[in-house]
Amino acid sequence: MYDIVVIGAGIVGGMIARRLSKFDLKLCILEKENDVGMGASRANSAIVHAGFDAKEDSYKAKLNVRGSELMEEVTKELGVKYIRNESLVVAFAHERESILALYARGLKNGVRGLRILEHDELHALEPNLNEDIDCALLASTGAIVCPFELCLAAVGNAMDNGAELKCNFEVVDIQKQDDTYTITAADGRQVQTRYLINSAGLYSDKIADMTGDGGFTVHARRGEYMILDRAYSDLTSRSIFHTPTKMGKGILVTPSVHGNILLGPTSVDIDDKEDLSTTPEGIANIFDKTSDNMKDIPFNQVITSFCGLRAVGDTGDFIIREREGVVTLGGIESPGLSASPAIAEYVEELLLRAGLEASVKPNYNPFRTSPRTFGEMSAEEKNAVIARDPRYGHIVCRCEQITEGEIVAAIHQNPGARDIDGVKRRTRSGMGRCQGGFCSTVVLDILARELKLSPIDITKFGRGSRILNRKTKGDDGHDIH
Amino acid sequence: MISIDLVIVGGGSAGMSAAVAAYDAGLRSILLLERGNALGGILLQCVHNGFGLHRFKEELTGPEYAYRYETQVLERNIPFKLNTTVLDISPDRVITAINSEDGLFTIRAGAIILAMGCRERAKGALNIAGTRPAGIFSAGTAQKYINIDGYMPGNEVVILGSGDIGLIMARRMTLEGAHVKAVCELMPYSGGLARNIQQCLNDFDIPLMLSHTVVEIHGRERVTGVTIAHVDEKRRPIPETRQYIACDTLLLSCGLIPENELTCGAGIPLDRVTNGAIVDQNRQTEIPGIFACGNVLHVHDLVDYVSEEAEIAGRAAAAFVQGNAAASDREIALRTDGKIRYTVPQRITAADAVSVYFRVADVYRNVQITVRDGDRVIYEKKKAKVTPGEMETVRLSADHLRTLDGNCLEFSLVLIDAQEEEQS
Amino acid sequence: MKKELTCIVCPMGCQLVVDLDEHNQVRAVDNANCKRGVAYATAECVAPMRTVTGTAPIVGGGIVPVKTDRAIPKELMIDCMMVINETYVPADAPIGTIIIENVLDTGANVVTTKDLHGVN
Repeated sequence: MYDIVVIGAGIVGGMIARRLSKFDLKLCILEKENDVGMGASRANSAIVHAGFDAKEDSYKAKLNVRGSELMEEVTKELGVKYIRNESLVVAFAHERESILALYARGLKNGVRGLRILEHDELHALEPNLNEDIDCALLASTGAIVCPFELCLAAVGNAMDNGAELKCNFEVVDIQKQDDTYTITAADGRQVQTRYLINSAGLYSDKIADMTGDGGFTVHARRGEYMILDRAYSDLTSRSIFHTPTKMGKGILVTPSVHGNILLGPTSVDIDDKEDLSTTPEGIANIFDKTSDNMKDIPFNQVITSFCGLRAVGDTGDFIIREREGVVTLGGIESPGLSASPAIAEYVEELLLRAGLEASVKPNYNPFRTSPRTFGEMSAEEKNAVIARDPRYGHIVCRCEQITEGEIVAAIHQNPGARDIDGVKRRTRSGMGRCQGGFCSTVVLDILARELKLSPIDITKFGRGSRILNRKTKGDDGHDIH
Repeated sequence: MISIDLVIVGGGSAGMSAAVAAYDAGLRSILLLERGNALGGILLQCVHNGFGLHRFKEELTGPEYAYRYETQVLERNIPFKLNTTVLDISPDRVITAINSEDGLFTIRAGAIILAMGCRERAKGALNIAGTRPAGIFSAGTAQKYINIDGYMPGNEVVILGSGDIGLIMARRMTLEGAHVKAVCELMPYSGGLARNIQQCLNDFDIPLMLSHTVVEIHGRERVTGVTIAHVDEKRRPIPETRQYIACDTLLLSCGLIPENELTCGAGIPLDRVTNGAIVDQNRQTEIPGIFACGNVLHVHDLVDYVSEEAEIAGRAAAAFVQGNAAASDREIALRTDGKIRYTVPQRITAADAVSVYFRVADVYRNVQITVRDGDRVIYEKKKAKVTPGEMETVRLSADHLRTLDGNCLEFSLVLIDAQEEEQS
Repeated sequence: MKKELTCIVCPMGCQLVVDLDEHNQVRAVDNANCKRGVAYATAECVAPMRTVTGTAPIVGGGIVPVKTDRAIPKELMIDCMMVINETYVPADAPIGTIIIENVLDTGANVVTTKDLHGVN
């Protein structure tokens, strides 16, 4: 019997779990995938928005502005890279009015550090903008983070403080009896809890129907992205948006905290909540729209393209409410990442108001050491680490210079990597220009060895995503006779 | 910091050949750095035959070819470090490397030979639409799983790209019990060797679909199929020709790129076409004392030529350290006409006989390879057919070079009887 | 009858033109750059031969690359692989160790192409 169960280990669930892990409570996080952060948290623009975009007094506006204020501190505690790189909403001359309107809304929302930049100053700051971009709104609190690193760190910190994580736990049924919720997974596992947090992202509507607090729908909005080789990171240091439309903040050009330029996202509503395909139209759209804002984007230096799904609700705002011990979080689309620390703060408040009794653990530790610090160490520090653990002297991923020691650590930390993509998200092994061509075979070996599994059982991202299907020959081979 | 006369980065065929040549030229302070756990590099996973016909007059497999050179390295007691990755090379020849035994360490090198090889083009660069399930491999990754680790990555296979590794893997996977359904090639011709099309595809009735590409990948968890399409002359897919092929594996064999991160880090200028360093006839880069050879310089089709080139670099690096490097008495730039895409070397600084290697941009029939010094033709050779997949050579004699009027050699491809061709 | 063939003897890949008589006997081979091309074309038209390369299992786990030490009839390639797959190689076999003598009565031996001696 748990005190609190969080359904969905995305950035929102992760931040909430971390926030609640300071209490002397039994806490469990349920995740339907093989790893945390596999939904909208996996693939998004990775931007901490300033908060000028959402309608005043909405949850989106209030929690974005508050989240943006909290984010720097939270990322510092969690050892996650955060760069306040500033953002720019650029406009052609005929769009000047929308820029001024955004500026006014930003002031109403309480966003600090906003300024209108005129043509010359703007082009001096960002020389790769198209000449006919006329003016821009500069948000000096705009920042970038690595979303899945943040999600991993939040869940990991919650686990370090005693929270449990159950992966491959796809919730299919929730029953309430007295004050207890019984939650059943597709594979028959059950957990019981007093309080329940529904942060199930794209499926928060389904979970809400199970808890009896439904009545809204969440649909998927496809966002396709492309990533440029790190050699072209000098294209821009700021996140460049165009003036927004109804479908979102448009296709942007932004650096990532790892030094690659990210192009995207497209914005297409779809029915299928699992459809992560990229499309020729999407790719063409990204070429077109980013070329409106920037000149000479090296599209031939794209190292990968991918697709993310945003969980879009039907109310236009985040749905956040508490009823009978269940906190429902629906439609947490953009700016969900930016707002996540503030959402966690607000959910804590809702639970306390609902009667949650809890005291703060004396040994609560809000800090987590980034597993990726090795690369940033001095030569002396590195040698000290290698002397202790020689696996740190063995480079596995040559493009990103990731060592075996870092990969082993990623498998054994909280939450431990269980598949190839999990190692990739934690260590960046395989994210470089060869896209895992050389290192994926070694990573697979290390995973099999550390998890004491056959190489055949190692997956790319859980479920049926196996990499290998049989031994070619030899003992315990599968198909060869 | 230790000092070593010659440090060779990479212990594959190029690195080993260079080390042996430098040793045989009298150099003794040599260190070979290899990131893998054995000498041999990519040859070790190339278990097929076809290596060494020029060098050894017999047909060897990749591991056998590597073994011959490994034996020469061991016989000479040339020092090497395995599992050692070079992280940085400075323009003044300080090498930073890392391994488990020595940790992070630096070496001051009298000369450096770059022999890091090449890597496969990653799929992302190709922007194929669809999902990103398990079951998409570069041909070389599949080759490692099958030939080194002993595991099959799939049973029903489509291969995109008809480079030699893709062709070799089509046969290899067939022999291991897989069904290779098609090899798609974007271009109207294959980038692989003609004999590989015969013995890897035709022998097993595997269709080679020229002017075809994969336009979409299907499957959520594991690949379930691909959609292919015919492409027009501008390489754009023709929608009406879309065709679904069920498969669990997509292999990508879309070309090789020299792996020159360290070269760039040292500030060595690269040739935009080869993606390798610009070198002279000794394979010396624009930074004196730093040489490059093998696939890091330009992608070769035959390991025999890699060894030959590495020996040139090995001898020249030894001469550089020993102070015997011939003073350059001229500076001749090698230019190309576009039909010939590049030459290696790109410049010549002495009037010694030299072999110039190059590739052409397209498939041409009945051509004359011509080398001009200003208006004067100093060399010409007829070829019935040249293709981008096969490297060509021109051997210029010392006489050719001694008597040049200008300081530039123009390499061009003249189409013979172009008119007759069109009429027939 | 004329038949076109790609020579596979070496990486040159000569485009051979074989002139066959009515009994499918080779009358002449054109376009070959060397004598081996002529021999290849003659054999290819009568009884095509191929060298088989692959891997064999090692006693105690792992695999080692192997090859037939001469070409075998093309149609026996898959059968040859099946035999190789069932033949375990000692974990310390030196390079060139014969693991199968006269495989499928072809006169070819299957030999290892990597040195395991002193490795394990």
